Amino acid sequence: MPDEHPPPGAERLAVAKTYKLFVGGAFPRSESGRTYQVTDPRGRFLANAARASRKDGRDAVSAARKAFGGWSGATAYNRGQVIYRIAEMLEGRRAQFVDLLTSAGEHDAAASVDAGVDRLVHYAGWTDKLAAVFGGANPVAGPFFSFSTPEPTGVVVAVAPQQDSLLGLVSVIAPIITSGNTVVVIASRHRPLAALALAEVLATSDLPGGVVNILTGDPAEIAPSLAAHGDVDALDLTGTEGELRTALEREAAGTVKRVFAPSASDFTRAPGTARLRAFLETKTVWHPTGALSLGGAGGY
Amino acid sequence: MSLDPHAPGRRAASDWEYAPAPESAAIGRVRDRYQMFVGGKFVDGRGADLTTLNPATAEPLSVVSTASGPDVDDAVGQARKAFEGSWSRISGAERGKYLFRIARGIAERARELAVLETLDNGKPIKESRDADVPTAAAHFFYHAGWADKLQHAGFGPSPRPLGVVGQVIPWNFPLLMAAWKIAPALAAGNTVVIKPAETTPLSILVLAEILADADLPPGVVNILPGAGDIGRALVNHPGIDKVAFTGSTDVGKQIQRSLAGTGRRLTLELGGKAANIVFDDAPIDQAVEGIVNGIFFNQGHVCCAGSRLLVQESVAEEVIAKLQERISTLRLGDPMDKNTDIGAINSAEQLARVTALAATGDDEGAIRWTSPSPVPDRGYFFPPTVFTNVAQSMRIAREEIFGPVLSVLTFRTPDEAVAKANNTPYGLSAGVWTEKGSRILGMASALRAGVVWANTFNRFDPTAAFGGYKESGFGREGGRSGLAAYLDTDDEGGL
Repeated sequence: MPDEHPPPGAERLAVAKTYKLFVGGAFPRSESGRTYQVTDPRGRFLANAARASRKDGRDAVSAARKAFGGWSGATAYNRGQVIYRIAEMLEGRRAQFVDLLTSAGEHDAAASVDAGVDRLVHYAGWTDKLAAVFGGANPVAGPFFSFSTPEPTGVVVAVAPQQDSLLGLVSVIAPIITSGNTVVVIASRHRPLAALALAEVLATSDLPGGVVNILTGDPAEIAPSLAAHGDVDALDLTGTEGELRTALEREAAGTVKRVFAPSASDFTRAPGTARLRAFLETKTVWHPTGALSLGGAGGY
Repeated sequence: MSLDPHAPGRRAASDWEYAPAPESAAIGRVRDRYQMFVGGKFVDGRGADLTTLNPATAEPLSVVSTASGPDVDDAVGQARKAFEGSWSRISGAERGKYLFRIARGIAERARELAVLETLDNGKPIKESRDADVPTAAAHFFYHAGWADKLQHAGFGPSPRPLGVVGQVIPWNFPLLMAAWKIAPALAAGNTVVIKPAETTPLSILVLAEILADADLPPGVVNILPGAGDIGRALVNHPGIDKVAFTGSTDVGKQIQRSLAGTGRRLTLELGGKAANIVFDDAPIDQAVEGIVNGIFFNQGHVCCAGSRLLVQESVAEEVIAKLQERISTLRLGDPMDKNTDIGAINSAEQLARVTALAATGDDEGAIRWTSPSPVPDRGYFFPPTVFTNVAQSMRIAREEIFGPVLSVLTFRTPDEAVAKANNTPYGLSAGVWTEKGSRILGMASALRAGVVWANTFNRFDPTAAFGGYKESGFGREGGRSGLAAYLDTDDEGGL
């Protein structure tokens, strides 16, 4: 028969979690073997997180590149369903995320989680509308059929917002992957737990491995080599400021990367299209329609 | 000499030579001296005068006053004053009317502009007359109609102009690039300070007269002739809100680097090394025309030129033979002659660069074939040149030559064609020649390039977006995508 009054100091001990990285759909440790302690605003220990190295960054880019063909080639319908599935899985873990955000000291934790879910739903509905809204037929002055379609830019490296650890993160990732890009995101340095929990959501949704890769650690250590990386096509610098941002933009010039560096972002407001458009290319295709012979309808 | 109809491939040239048909240089009304255009006035700059040459003769054409640092300050100040004082306040409908006027003004002075452009640039008069000038007018006409419809452009409910735009344009299409840059900027409500290329400053200064004649408010467009140092001063000027550059990838990278951390907007239209892909089922004769147009239009001084011919192995011999036969008929020479197909290289410097890069083709083991067309003994000319036996690793297959030099590679399967075509840091344009519709559309989506021409090449229209992937730059010109570069849509919740 169990003791009804356990002796002092013998309460059940919580199982503290040691988080790893999320790369290529798997959860590797940092190749450097390093971790760092995540604490709440009062300095109390919350968890250990991996401290990614530059090599981890390169591995993540490889995973993102490998995933790009399949993800960008998937139908918009399919991408929309996958992103909606992420929203479903996040909703299912709502309580866990509210706890995490609360322990990290973020205000309005419940509202943030709800807004994060809704944001994913919002972008799930964008996948099959981008082409109609940002592309279309070009009425050129000549016997040609000409049309322009949006295409994903490629592999995007994003530095997530440092404060808004879930809603900000989702608001950065979702528009990038909506159009078929893949992403390597560096989570908030001091509040990485929501990102790491999101990795578990992504791993159990239908998102192909490598489409989203999440690194934890110091952006100032990891980001510069990614900004200079020849196989990275674009940067989202939402979570950077000051000298680091300038340094990353300067590195990006070496390979003419697209850089999205907004001056300020209020994630509680309804999203526009700037984030979507930042990682879209416009492809214009021309073809002759033949000599005009049938009352302007085009010969054939 | 008799013409034997049973001897295909042989032409009795002497029976069919065209008589010379030179356009009159007087139509260009070249003046002895041109001035900068700042604050609505033609003024002398504080830089040294610049002599611009006719590249077809290497003789001086005119003298142009150039800007210095303080002139850049003045011009940016004038543009700021015009932006805040009038241009950002007048209605879109009124702005549009100015642009319509400018379009008409270009059309009315089309002959003069075409001749002037050919004298200053060296391009054949038939191209400046039929392509550059009409397309420049079309760009103003197209964008005029956007000025009062920006809220329909799809970039949010209240698009606003960015402010003062600094623009730097190249020498290959001096007037057309000016139109591409100025028209969308003004339609969106911005004001402009623009620097033309050092070797081709004249046509944009005639455009300045057209702007003045259209009563465009002073300072809305300011034109600063000068060299690279003025371009640098302009793009780095703290009074500029947005920079738009067309030119080399190297300079584009420098500009991107120098703007890092400033928060200023930037669009870049840079170099290219386009693959022009010919499949064995292509209409070969049309493809040959397209290959010629793709690489020899404007002497190959085209960022989207089809400088890498990828031809399917089974038809390579036939395509190359027909191509060489066709190129042999191209007439190289006086750009002012209406029968000239290939004019002058724009400058001695560019001729040296083309010559040096072509020489690397010989050094690396490619086989050079040169058009038999006689080359004028003065001016800057380079005969149409085709390299076969080209490997992907050669410099002539990787670097932008920006001259009438074609590199021929072969492939066996569509996958190989895509892999080779995409095997470049550039991504501006590509061509596909095949009769098979599914292959055209499949190739078009597989090619990482901003423009794909299928069974045609080098088509441009103000309604169709143009611009590059990868290191060919970012941003588009033309169409709705092109407007985005000149509009602030940040009121969409900061997202």
